[in-house]
Amino acid sequence: MTTIAATGNDLHAHDHHDADHKPGFFARWFMSTNHKDIGTLYLIFAIFAGIVGGAISGLMRLELAAPGIQYLQGWASMMAGKEASLDEAYHMWNVLITAHGLIMVFFMVMPAIIGGFGNWFVPLMIGAPDMAFPRMNNVSFWLTVVAFIMLLGSSFVPGGTGLGAGTGWTVYAPLSTSGSVGPAVDMAIFSLHLAGAASILGAINFITTIFNMRAPGMTLHKMPLFVWSVLVTAFLLLLALPVLAAAITMLLVDRNFGGAFFDAAAGGDPVLYQHLFWFFGHPEVYIMILPGFGIISQIVATFSRKPVFGYLGMAYAMVAIGVVGFVVWAHHMFTTGMSVDMKMYFTAATMVIAVPTGIKIFSWIATMWGGSVSFKTPMVWAMGFIFMFTVGGVTGVVLANGGLDDNLHDTYYVVAHFHYVLSLGAVFSLFAGFYYWFGKMSGRHLNEFLGHLHFWIFFIGVNVLFFPMHFLGNSGMPRRYPDYPEAFAYWNGVASFGYAIMAVGVLVFFINVIWSLVAGRRAEDNYWGEGATTLEWTLTSPPPYHQFETLPVIK
Amino acid sequence: MAISNAKTGFLAGALAVSMVGVGFAAVPLYRLFCQVTGFGGTTMRVDAAQAATVPVSNKTIVVRFDANQRSDLPWEFKPEHPTDTVSIGAKDMSIYLAKNLSNEPVTGTATFNVTPALAGQYFNKIQCFCFTEQTLKPGEQVRMPVLFYVDPKIMTDPETKDIEEITLSYTFYPVEKPNMVDQTANGS
Repeated sequence: MTTIAATGNDLHAHDHHDADHKPGFFARWFMSTNHKDIGTLYLIFAIFAGIVGGAISGLMRLELAAPGIQYLQGWASMMAGKEASLDEAYHMWNVLITAHGLIMVFFMVMPAIIGGFGNWFVPLMIGAPDMAFPRMNNVSFWLTVVAFIMLLGSSFVPGGTGLGAGTGWTVYAPLSTSGSVGPAVDMAIFSLHLAGAASILGAINFITTIFNMRAPGMTLHKMPLFVWSVLVTAFLLLLALPVLAAAITMLLVDRNFGGAFFDAAAGGDPVLYQHLFWFFGHPEVYIMILPGFGIISQIVATFSRKPVFGYLGMAYAMVAIGVVGFVVWAHHMFTTGMSVDMKMYFTAATMVIAVPTGIKIFSWIATMWGGSVSFKTPMVWAMGFIFMFTVGGVTGVVLANGGLDDNLHDTYYVVAHFHYVLSLGAVFSLFAGFYYWFGKMSGRHLNEFLGHLHFWIFFIGVNVLFFPMHFLGNSGMPRRYPDYPEAFAYWNGVASFGYAIMAVGVLVFFINVIWSLVAGRRAEDNYWGEGATTLEWTLTSPPPYHQFETLPVIK
Repeated sequence: MAISNAKTGFLAGALAVSMVGVGFAAVPLYRLFCQVTGFGGTTMRVDAAQAATVPVSNKTIVVRFDANQRSDLPWEFKPEHPTDTVSIGAKDMSIYLAKNLSNEPVTGTATFNVTPALAGQYFNKIQCFCFTEQTLKPGEQVRMPVLFYVDPKIMTDPETKDIEEITLSYTFYPVEKPNMVDQTANGS
């Protein structure tokens, strides 16, 4: 990289601004080893994947806006290039829900929150010049891109009843083994392998960076909470993703090499797959939300002009969530014939997680309490996050009950719950972080008015979209179906209307970003003022290409 | 610092690799867990001496017998009697009939469990054709016994005391043998 930098940019060579030496376009963006550039690539990638995943949910809300099958068969015919049967149309539905889930989890939230903000701000916040393994960082990003292409490609090859992998994001056997003949599911599994490998490499990178490359004086107990959140997340990735890799490798063996890990007719057990999947799957939901917690902590402290309330409690609450998150997985499997004793354990253990989560919610409120709160765009998103995540947390405590879950399992109540914590939790924290750091990353301010407008339209939209799903689920509407009886028509119509409102909000966001990149006001070094105390605010906006050549000393 | 980074990175990588091992180790561990606890309706295995010490209750329970075979096994497989009413704690013998419908010798083995799944820990087998592989000559029919009893503890466990009927289910599947490979190649 250094040789490329020396030859590719003679123009700046005489400036003596060594820190700003940038390689040429191709070398800079395609062979990047700079944590900020890789972070930017991750964010662009995540925004693109988010548009794809969001468009897919738009198709689903369009089909669900009224009872009956309206569009599905047409879309399936379009994909197949010939008249599709009703069964192929139903398969298309399964492909849509699978793609939406996998894209949003693996290619939108994770790349944005860990790859994007993590790469950008972990080194800046701990006073490090870059990540520990810059080349491996590049490998992580491009593996993620290949994984995404692989997943998209799977929708064009046969997957059993029709084109594409229609297994749900959980890829349960036997639907994913004997139930889905054809290369689509193999491609989707390979895509998960690649995305998983990318995340594991990223996690190794973050752990090494955070443990070894903190600036002098930056002890673990002085690290900003966002760095803490990424550290805990990296450990969760390292412990959870390999188990998923093992489970889906067994799926491949069952599918292609006559294995019987999950084939009940040959001594295997499909429930074992569910155990393995959820041993990964439950920590995975914390992988998606913990960095969001970190971002919210930074923002709430900044705009309350106070250090965060109960710093150590906040840090160790995340550690506690991460640890307990590994021993609650079977609450996703209450209906697989568990004994009452097992249900009691998993119910109780799950509810225990509400304690550290409650510590975080109350500490955010306590940080704002008595603070000099300014309602800038990132702060309203952060407050929106706290409110929405609490709603999702409450329905989570409801679902944690083994007895209640017998009734609510696989209904829209569950869909409402996890969209409140992810689509309104993780996504709100992503937007909050984006508004908070956009000026630092790009050197230009986002528009405050458009930011607030985006917030209010989006906030109203997602609530109109997801709140009625609680009613639908309580009335017994099951997940994963493209059709429903007349009785569910009203709230489904409302939900689809909410999607349209949300989509307008997203449009405002893109207008804001484009407008700001072109004509936004230049950002000062520390544009949020005295509340912003972490190290990234001591640098210029955008920071120099290579920062901290002299390490900062933290007192 | 470079050495230190490599070391930390290596340790983190080793952690990830060992978790892959844990993922695969889950397969035998899960089987062991089921065998020990009766999880998922896995039946228990006891020897005749143990079985002799069990008191016989005057309460009875219905045991239903279910037989399946995987579609690629050319056998007819069924219980001699579909149900049996047995005293809890008393040994009972049930007979399954298997017939090889093909004109080749075929080796199969059976996987098994009971429902309700919670009854697995109290369903004890003393002797069973499912413990070993069975080879049937062309057209051969065999009577295969299962010797079992239901543990009286089933009546005191609050989770199982209301169970009045247990279904014992078997699924036969072919076992790959070196000579089997040739046969399937010739047969199809």
